[in-house]
Amino acid sequence: MLLQLEDAVLTYGKIEALHGISIEVDEGEVVALIGANGAGKTSTMRALSGIRGLASGKIVFNGEDVTRLRADQRMRRGLVLTPEGRGIFPGMTVTENLDMGAYTRKDRAAIAQDLERAFGLFPRLQERRKQVAGTLSGGEQQMLAIGRALMSRPKLLMLDEPSMGLAPMIIQQIFQIISEIAQQGTTILVVEQNAKQALSRADRAYVLETGNIVKAGTGAALLDDPSIREAYLGVA
Amino acid sequence: MDFDSLINGLGGHTLDGLFRGSVYALVALGYTMVYGVMRLINFAHSEVFMVGTWTVLGVYTVLGAGEGSGTMMVIAATALALVCAMAASATVALGVERIAYRPLRKKNAPPLIFLITAIGCSLALMETFGYVLKVFFGEPFGRAPVNIPSPLRTSALIEIGDFRLTNVHVLVIVGAIVMMFALDTFVNKSRIGRGVRAVAQDPDTASLMGVNQDRVIMMVFVLGGAMAGVAALLYTVQYDITSWSAGFLMGIKAFTAAVLGGIGNLRGALVGGLILGIVEVYFSTLFDSSWQNVWAFIVLVLVLMFRPTGLLGESLGKARA
Repeated sequence: MLLQLEDAVLTYGKIEALHGISIEVDEGEVVALIGANGAGKTSTMRALSGIRGLASGKIVFNGEDVTRLRADQRMRRGLVLTPEGRGIFPGMTVTENLDMGAYTRKDRAAIAQDLERAFGLFPRLQERRKQVAGTLSGGEQQMLAIGRALMSRPKLLMLDEPSMGLAPMIIQQIFQIISEIAQQGTTILVVEQNAKQALSRADRAYVLETGNIVKAGTGAALLDDPSIREAYLGVA
Repeated sequence: MDFDSLINGLGGHTLDGLFRGSVYALVALGYTMVYGVMRLINFAHSEVFMVGTWTVLGVYTVLGAGEGSGTMMVIAATALALVCAMAASATVALGVERIAYRPLRKKNAPPLIFLITAIGCSLALMETFGYVLKVFFGEPFGRAPVNIPSPLRTSALIEIGDFRLTNVHVLVIVGAIVMMFALDTFVNKSRIGRGVRAVAQDPDTASLMGVNQDRVIMMVFVLGGAMAGVAALLYTVQYDITSWSAGFLMGIKAFTAAVLGGIGNLRGALVGGLILGIVEVYFSTLFDSSWQNVWAFIVLVLVLMFRPTGLLGESLGKARA
């Protein structure tokens, strides 16, 4: 197992947001985490990335217990999150943002290669490489956020709501790129409200409801599950 | 209102304003940088500056440098005073961060607690020089202001009528501007400088990119402290004096300069400092010079009323929009 989250409890003050959930991601998989607003998807991501500590539970990544590590230490081990709302640095240029993804790396030649690869994946970013990132469109910012995460050569890429606030056509495009990245060998854990897209692209998926995992299975099986279809896909 | 003397001596007054303003700007950098990454007004920064002025006095005393010193001694004493003041101020700034602020961060303390702690650190440092050190070492510590006889002799380089450009003017203004450009380049070009900007724009995402926030914050305190040390040397060259409370007015003026330029914005600190210096000198000439310390407060109130983001805006704060 590349990533194991065991009995994770996460609290905000007196409110418990995650009531002891467990998730596993194997190497090479694309795993989706779906659920409605407020189900705890983003809390799960914050816990996994280390932005917020767990009240109890355990996180094992690549055979190492990382529960007590800070976010920057987990990132150095290859556990990389593209946060909800993209989290680009608005005052930096596109290139500077991408360079931030390689902040912990020192191999300049390989970084330059990865920069070219990111521009290959997202030609739009190359056109705008000197533009200040705050002036990009939502879709471009999402591309930038994904490109930046790839610059760190993640072992596990975690994406929090990559479709948020984007037009349907752009969403298609973003998910195509995510599939492409997966095919190139990066393991992916994606959190989505757009259940249809996420389930059709994922090997496996978990369904989160008010802080509990209520269902798990292969993406295809969940797509066919009547209760899932009703609750998340808007099909009766 | 004495327009004649302002207009007649405009060149000299402007020079005088830049002269004062460059020191304000250097101290303002410390406020602005710490605010940029922590959203905290570090009230202890004025005392970081104050410690620098005492360090200069210490170096001169140890070397025996004073008004009659020879050229070599002047250069050696000034250079050593600069290095020691930078080191001492940076150390104090870092000490405040490690002892006072970091434990609060680990406990997720609310902003008000940081602010009160900052004021507490400021008082503790002032009383150290105003009282504690006097108990142990006697003079020159204590409540009385102390002379710092600068070994640097003032000599005019250019003299046209009332306009007098001296070597001290050049040293202070050029020194301050060079330090500020060095800092600006460092923050914009170096790797850790990129980390600083990243934390300023979005601390959570910065840590997701592998930036160690504690290290960035330490760096900011060290850099801000070192700049306050430079300011301390230049201040003693200007005024030949310090005291346990020397940081108080300087702190308010530098803070005003930072707010005027746009707090969080490095270049804003430079612009704000220079403008504040000039405003102070112009208005002191127009009105009574005993009012000179009032203008900074008036500027601060006006900026906060009409343009709270400052002249250049909170450039590092765009992320919070």
